[in-house]
Amino acid sequence: MNGIIKYFKDIYYGLKSLVTGMAVTGHYITHPKEIITQQYPENKDTLKMFDRFRGEVVLIHDENNEHRCTGCSACEVACPNGTIEIISKRVENEEGKKVKVIDKFVYHLQMCTMCNLCIPACPTDAIKMSQDFEHAVFDRSKLTKILNKPGSKIMAGVK
Amino acid sequence: MKEIEEQEIQELESQEYFINMGPQHPSTHGVLRLVLSLDGEIIRKVEPHLGYIHRSIEKMCEHDSYQQIIHLTDRMDYLSCHMLNEAVCLGVENGLEVEIPERVKVIRTIISELTRLSSHQLWWGVMGMDLGAITTFLYGFRDREMITDIFEETCGARLTMSYNIPGGLMFDIHPNFQKRTKDFIVHFKKKLPEYDKLLSDNVIFRERTRGIGVLSKEDAISYGVTGPSGRGSGFSCDVRKHNPYSAYPKVEFREILREEGDCFARYKCRIDEMWESLNIIDQLIDNIPEGDYKVQTRTVIKLPKGEFYQKVETARGEFGVYIISDGMKSPYRLKFRSPGFSNLSALDKMSRGCKIADLVAIMSTLDLVIPDIDR
Amino acid sequence: MKFLYDFGYLTGSIHEWLSARMDPPVVTLVETIIVAVCFMILFAVLGLVLVYAERKISAFFQQRLGPMRVGKWGTAQTIADVIKLLFKEPLVNKDADKFLFNLAPYIIMISAFLAIAALPFAKGLHALDFDIGIFYVSAVSSLGVIGILLAGWSSSNKYSLIGAMRSGAQIISYELSVGLSLLTIIVLTGSLQLSTIVESQADGWWIFKGHLPAVIAFLIFMIASTAETNRGPFDLAEAESELTAGFHTEYSGMKFAFFFLAEFANMFIVAAIGATVFLGGWMPFYIGGFTGFNAVMDFIPPIFWFLGKVAFMIFMMMWFRWTFPRLRIDQLLTLEWKYLLPINLVNIVVMAFIGLMGWHF
Repeated sequence: MNGIIKYFKDIYYGLKSLVTGMAVTGHYITHPKEIITQQYPENKDTLKMFDRFRGEVVLIHDENNEHRCTGCSACEVACPNGTIEIISKRVENEEGKKVKVIDKFVYHLQMCTMCNLCIPACPTDAIKMSQDFEHAVFDRSKLTKILNKPGSKIMAGVK
Repeated sequence: MKEIEEQEIQELESQEYFINMGPQHPSTHGVLRLVLSLDGEIIRKVEPHLGYIHRSIEKMCEHDSYQQIIHLTDRMDYLSCHMLNEAVCLGVENGLEVEIPERVKVIRTIISELTRLSSHQLWWGVMGMDLGAITTFLYGFRDREMITDIFEETCGARLTMSYNIPGGLMFDIHPNFQKRTKDFIVHFKKKLPEYDKLLSDNVIFRERTRGIGVLSKEDAISYGVTGPSGRGSGFSCDVRKHNPYSAYPKVEFREILREEGDCFARYKCRIDEMWESLNIIDQLIDNIPEGDYKVQTRTVIKLPKGEFYQKVETARGEFGVYIISDGMKSPYRLKFRSPGFSNLSALDKMSRGCKIADLVAIMSTLDLVIPDIDR
Repeated sequence: MKFLYDFGYLTGSIHEWLSARMDPPVVTLVETIIVAVCFMILFAVLGLVLVYAERKISAFFQQRLGPMRVGKWGTAQTIADVIKLLFKEPLVNKDADKFLFNLAPYIIMISAFLAIAALPFAKGLHALDFDIGIFYVSAVSSLGVIGILLAGWSSSNKYSLIGAMRSGAQIISYELSVGLSLLTIIVLTGSLQLSTIVESQADGWWIFKGHLPAVIAFLIFMIASTAETNRGPFDLAEAESELTAGFHTEYSGMKFAFFFLAEFANMFIVAAIGATVFLGGWMPFYIGGFTGFNAVMDFIPPIFWFLGKVAFMIFMMMWFRWTFPRLRIDQLLTLEWKYLLPINLVNIVVMAFIGLMGWHF
């Protein structure tokens, strides 16, 4: 007799658990307002990433096309895998002294791991992380970027 | 005429055959190759072949400075990356004997528990998907989305965070951090009972996980299976209780232990751990002390000569960092004790005599992440 | 629009038009060809609609949107998939048995075609009206097993063989339950002919008239028919996360499309049988005695009633698939032989008793 009761109890509890599970998924199909996915390429105009999002490294230029990089190579030392290469040259400034000035800021995007170690290392706050995350290109040489546009440095940058 | 000698010939049993659950397989959670020797559908032996994603991280750490090692540890167990970062940072800070501000400890603990929650959510989703209920995958990721949004706003990245540095945090938390975390706790406390209704109480799921893959307590201790997999067999191994670090001495939580040692016990351990994590965050989120977010260290960190070991409790088990330093700016040798490696070694013992479908269930409950095993 | 309510007008007028011009044997031949073409079009449309419906419904269960880009709301997605499959290279294994390998998809499609021909779609739209209707449909849909076993064997692949053997055992076991649960209602109707079964539900559907045993039989029919079509929680023959697609691993291109299409056609067939026997076929929802209510229900043409009921059954099957985990092979067989079969047998006895005493409505 116990066996028969257990048989029917098993069936009852089994069916009840199945129906509860179906109720959960049934709830979601009847509430289509709760859909959480976004239609990505169509909503690019309204898409805004967070401020601290690590997309890629850029050199900050203001409206006069000037940047703050002194060529001190602190970011190159802090970078773990050689993504940043600073090529600098010596020029004469107004006082006639030879100072080191940045020639090219080479950034290998294909090797960058976005670890954010270079940004706090910079003493003049010349670089920051932009929120641009679409890096796919068809030609690999486009991933080696020169970050400084033809411009100059503003004053009071400290080595 | 030659004598006929009696010889022993080693033969396969006539019915056995080998099947390769190859490196590309939907349910091995990464690149793991399992060579199964089967008899019909019963498994006689499981042999894991590792190394498909070995990237020589430990060797790379010998050439990097201590701050640069952090971004490499992100990529090992990428689902609990914050805890791995914390392990290396604590090891270095103990070596340098610096005192960390209370604020840093509390924030590190909160973010650790959030990471543990997101790892368990992904585990739950994948477990349902391996057993055939594909909808659970999407539900796990939906809930995880809120946590990755919290991380994206504060740390800048969603998966590989590199937020810890030796000495504290890279930058202070975002002003929205507390509010977002509190909203998340309220939201998730309503969703977690749904996990039970959809999978834990389901009769089909219970039939597939009860009594499968039993690991006794003595076997768990001798194989070194830690984390929820070990606690499901009754092995009390929670590092947060036995060797507390960061803000864990200040919080009250239970260590979840179960006696049966089968798949269902390990599953329930993880679900209950999710409730405990919510509890811990609740206790800490309103009481973040004010203060600095880091201690100023030298730019070039040099540990004194010696050996340092630090262990933390990740979502998979006990993770350890062993640093041998000879006074230079990179460690002489760095060794990681990964929980997945020990957990995987018990797979053979647990799955003898089970069917292929059970093997999938056992591997899901072990919660393996193969980059953690291969480093 | 009169023909929409009774297709007899349409088929009758076509028959007269043809008979006026040709001899009777030629008329039969031309009508056969017309019917065959209609069914092929039905198959193609069925494939398109059901695949799209499955993708959209599964997406809404999972809180996402599904196909949205190809065509408005993604409606042309299936056509794009078919074009892609047409372009694929039809690979055959070096060790495979070529004749059987190529034959297997056709056997499955043939059995699906044979079964669909006997279903009553609407009043007057019934192609093969045998007087052993249900028996014929059951017998013919079990021919599909041969196709699956051939596919698994001729692929010369360990995974396919395991999948095919599992599937063979499963289908043969669950045919019993399907047959017995249908028998529960046949006990009341007294005839195997499908059109008689539909006509006898003119004063209410059998699931209401037969009360408790009919409801139990309906539940058993739902479970057993999802197992028959290798769907839902019983899909271990093609369990993607264990054996990487099971018995149709080695098929690509159009032959794979046939397997896929045959699965959806089978789903339609079992849903249609369930709708015919339990839910009243193309009969509108009548309550015996309320003539005003019945007149309102009559307003909707029978073909839409039929399609609505079939859609409901298919939705339930999809709901099962996307909610539950999979059963293991021994649990599946336990379910059939220890639970479904005994309950079915007891149910038939109870229903026979009720039929004798006249306690049904």
